[in-house]
Amino acid sequence: MAGAEGDDSLYPIAVLIDELRNEDVQLRLNSIKKLSTIALALGVERTRTELLPFLTDTIYDEDEVLLALAEQLGSFTVLVGGPEFVHCLLPPLESLATVEETVVRDKAVESLRKISQEHSPVDLEVHFVPLVKRLASGDWFTSRTSACGLFSVCYPRVSSTVKAEIRQHFRTLCSDDTPMVRRAAASKLGEFAKVLELDYVKSDIIPLFTALASDEQDSVRLLAVEAGVSIATLLPQEDLEALVMPTLRQAAEDKSWRVRYMVADKFSELQKAVGPEITQNDLVPAFQNLLKDCEAEVRAAAANKVKVFCENLPEDSRETIIMTHILPCVKELVSDTNQHVKSALASVIMGLSTILGKDNTVEHLLPLFLAQLKDECPEVRLNIISNLDCVNEVIGIRQLSQSLLPAIVELAEDAKWRVRLAIIEYMPLLAGQLGVEFFDEKLNSLCMAWLIDHVYAIREAATCNLMKLVEKFGAEWAQNTIVPKVLGMANDSNYLHRMTTLFCINALSEACGQEITTKHMLPVVLKMSTDQVANVRFNVAKSLQKIGPVLDSSALQAEVKPVLEKLATDQDMDVKYFAQEALSGTCPLISLTFKHTFS
Amino acid sequence: MWSSCWTYSLNLSSVPGDGDSQSRWCLSQVKGAVDDDVAEADIISAVEFNHSGELLATGDRGGRIVIFQQEQESKNLPQCHAEYNVYSTFQSHEPEFDYLKSLEIEEKINKIRWLPQKNAAHFLLSTNDKTIKLWKISERDKRPEGYNLKEEDGRYRHPSSLTTLRVPVFQPMDLMVEASPRRVYANAHTYHINSISVNSDNETYLSADDLRINLWHLDFTDRSFNIVDIKPANMEELTEVITASEFHPLQCNTFVYGSSKGSVRLCDMRASALCDQHSKLFEEPEDPSTRSFFSEIISSISDVKFSHSGRYMMTRDYLTLKIWDLHMESRPVEIYQVHGYLRSKLCSLYENDCIFDKFECCWRGDDSEVMTGSYNNFFRMFDRDAQRDATLEATWENGSPGCPLKTWRVSAGSRRKRNEIGVDCLDFSRKILYTSWHPQDNIVALATVNNLYIFQEKLN
Repeated sequence: MAGAEGDDSLYPIAVLIDELRNEDVQLRLNSIKKLSTIALALGVERTRTELLPFLTDTIYDEDEVLLALAEQLGSFTVLVGGPEFVHCLLPPLESLATVEETVVRDKAVESLRKISQEHSPVDLEVHFVPLVKRLASGDWFTSRTSACGLFSVCYPRVSSTVKAEIRQHFRTLCSDDTPMVRRAAASKLGEFAKVLELDYVKSDIIPLFTALASDEQDSVRLLAVEAGVSIATLLPQEDLEALVMPTLRQAAEDKSWRVRYMVADKFSELQKAVGPEITQNDLVPAFQNLLKDCEAEVRAAAANKVKVFCENLPEDSRETIIMTHILPCVKELVSDTNQHVKSALASVIMGLSTILGKDNTVEHLLPLFLAQLKDECPEVRLNIISNLDCVNEVIGIRQLSQSLLPAIVELAEDAKWRVRLAIIEYMPLLAGQLGVEFFDEKLNSLCMAWLIDHVYAIREAATCNLMKLVEKFGAEWAQNTIVPKVLGMANDSNYLHRMTTLFCINALSEACGQEITTKHMLPVVLKMSTDQVANVRFNVAKSLQKIGPVLDSSALQAEVKPVLEKLATDQDMDVKYFAQEALSGTCPLISLTFKHTFS
Repeated sequence: MWSSCWTYSLNLSSVPGDGDSQSRWCLSQVKGAVDDDVAEADIISAVEFNHSGELLATGDRGGRIVIFQQEQESKNLPQCHAEYNVYSTFQSHEPEFDYLKSLEIEEKINKIRWLPQKNAAHFLLSTNDKTIKLWKISERDKRPEGYNLKEEDGRYRHPSSLTTLRVPVFQPMDLMVEASPRRVYANAHTYHINSISVNSDNETYLSADDLRINLWHLDFTDRSFNIVDIKPANMEELTEVITASEFHPLQCNTFVYGSSKGSVRLCDMRASALCDQHSKLFEEPEDPSTRSFFSEIISSISDVKFSHSGRYMMTRDYLTLKIWDLHMESRPVEIYQVHGYLRSKLCSLYENDCIFDKFECCWRGDDSEVMTGSYNNFFRMFDRDAQRDATLEATWENGSPGCPLKTWRVSAGSRRKRNEIGVDCLDFSRKILYTSWHPQDNIVALATVNNLYIFQEKLN
């Protein structure tokens, strides 16, 4: 590759290599991202003997460079000469696995996990396992935390003696002095358990799990919960009660709310892992307690799970359990003191109606929905409204409409524009469920009122909403109900409202089709081209460009073009600009159709 | 200021002293300029040993942090144990201006806290009134060499001379210490930050201002959780502010905060997400007979520190040092008078604002002694087991180098014995607010105005 006299092809690579140590981080980063190009040019041997040693020492660099490096090395096997030489990648990744920055370390571990698969069983024991052991017994906790993530990838592929050593190392890390290492071990416990032989799960993992779940550090105990869920999926049903449940029960009643929160958060996974019988005997009371927890964060997490938990209850006893155990708690949560709890519940409570069926919904759930629709917190009401479809399927929306309407009206007029924005977004959905008649009667005026809201984001959302409504109810409906009102605004004294007319036309023209656009909208747009306000005029130009494709060619030629040409000579710079833009945007269209008609 | 740093190192030879007015403590080093006119920026505002005691950090009003490292050679020689030399100096905070509130934000370092060491580098948190920063202090002794397109000195090489690619190689170089900012935790405090404290879980820390305490994860700068908020709905009803706060050294869920009313609340983070309800309230009933206009001011907690064992907690108020057993809320188990003789001078101390000085306090590594500062460059040591106390002076002028510090007595009367000084002769502009005790050895560091003093206990 080394040419005799100044090899031109080397130049770009030389630049890349030099920039590996440029002072500008961005340039270093670019070079690192093209590391494969450099390695390819150097060839496998020089990559192994020169590039990798250099990279091993590069750990002083900025995090983003190190992160990129750690990622690159994960797919470098081919560039060092294939699986036979993959162990050459271990030194740089080992040093990256000890840096203090968590994201870099995690990426290095990810790459190590990846390349571990490319090691032959022999190489794994000769090169990879020693690395894991070095990390596991490193002086600094950064290296020991990294080790935790590597046990599970080598365990299945090594001899039984090495397996024993690996188990021993993992045990040691589970009782490490520093909470960081115990946290890392706890978070990998489940994954490690999965690759262990069942006997060792029982003899090794269970004691570790029990110890971590009663660690003095809250942050370790809460991670043990997740591990518990994974372990539970591995054990045969008859062992669960003795080996896992006491610890999990204890976690659900932990003194620290963060641990209980974790239990609540993982409840559906837990439920699946332990099966129907334990669910019925143990989890139902535990879930009740979590729903009644003294910490709002825990109640909110549990409330979020109400629907999934109920869905996954064994079918034969589902209704009874819900009616006698869960529903009473849910009823209390409806009037919880904390709004996050209420809104978490509101986001899932409607889902119960499909599970409980029509009669129960009407009798038990409907009062709750209605209460939540009147809740003082807008988020709760919004969450109910956004999930109406579930109820619609079961009892039809009519049952609710009497209470729904005041709730919607109130949200539509809420002082916070973000609340108004949220309810607008549900309008098309509501319209579809309530039907055109109900909509015309009760909601249409709201939709029109939003068009003249004083917040632009609301006006914009309102225009978009109209388009979706037209898509739902059809062009004829649009022509009769919406279009006249929209066009009426063209004569408003407020130029912002006149502009809203233009925005609506932009949004509606396609949905309304050529006839309505040409007949009703176009004249209004053209008339507005003489508006006093420049902003309106240039929006006319933009609108004409926008609705151009909907119009037929004669209208374009005869009506649009002259107006745009006139606007192109406007005294206002912006109007001129947008008119010219529109001309060049629509003119091809005009000339094209022109050609079509006359050829 | 440290470039022109004047170091006064002494050979600690034993000098015959005069009986019981001698202490076991000897001056080891003084750092900082010795001129009389002191630049405002050079005034030290924080002193903190790291967890091994190998490093000592100081912060100043100019926003700078200076880190001293214990000399490796001196470690092995017991008599000159405490030799610390400048290891790294960097600008931690710059003056800023909050345009929204039209408020100047000083660069003054309010607190420094070291993180437990996680790899070869060292990390510390530093804070001014508003912004907390995480710094990494690391060493570098290798640098890459070898370019393709230029010489090491920067001269360009013509691309046509390029015949083969060259990969840079790391070569040894002189040791370089770098301080780099790793995280900036900003915009979470409306009021002035008075404390930061790292949790024993090593992943979270708290920051306290006058009315709120926030909990941060070290890895995330974009969010923090409010765990205490004592701001009343109506600010006119404000009667109490948070003055100091610290995490328990072993129990990750426990922290305390002291208030301007002299009470300390212990909170359990397991109980709820918001710790507005304390689980313990350490407060001594007020003695109505000594009640005066100054009662509340002098009872304000200026510092609170857990003992290393985690069993006790020490609070400093204006006149006293109190040690509380965490199991007993009703009264402290030990009370030490720091400078009781000032009780009669409170009026003038109020007039010259000294009464608002915030003295820090610290524990000896084995919790058997405590130390805190006073005026006239005096500092006080209290031996808890022997119930002995000593008043020592941070000075390099009097006494021969290395001789044991003499102990002082402050008398109210006019007749003076040796080593006695009258209350009226005390210099209130020379005060020792910031102190730190080496976590294992008997070495203490304390800041007078712009000088850092390092003392060590003489070994018998």
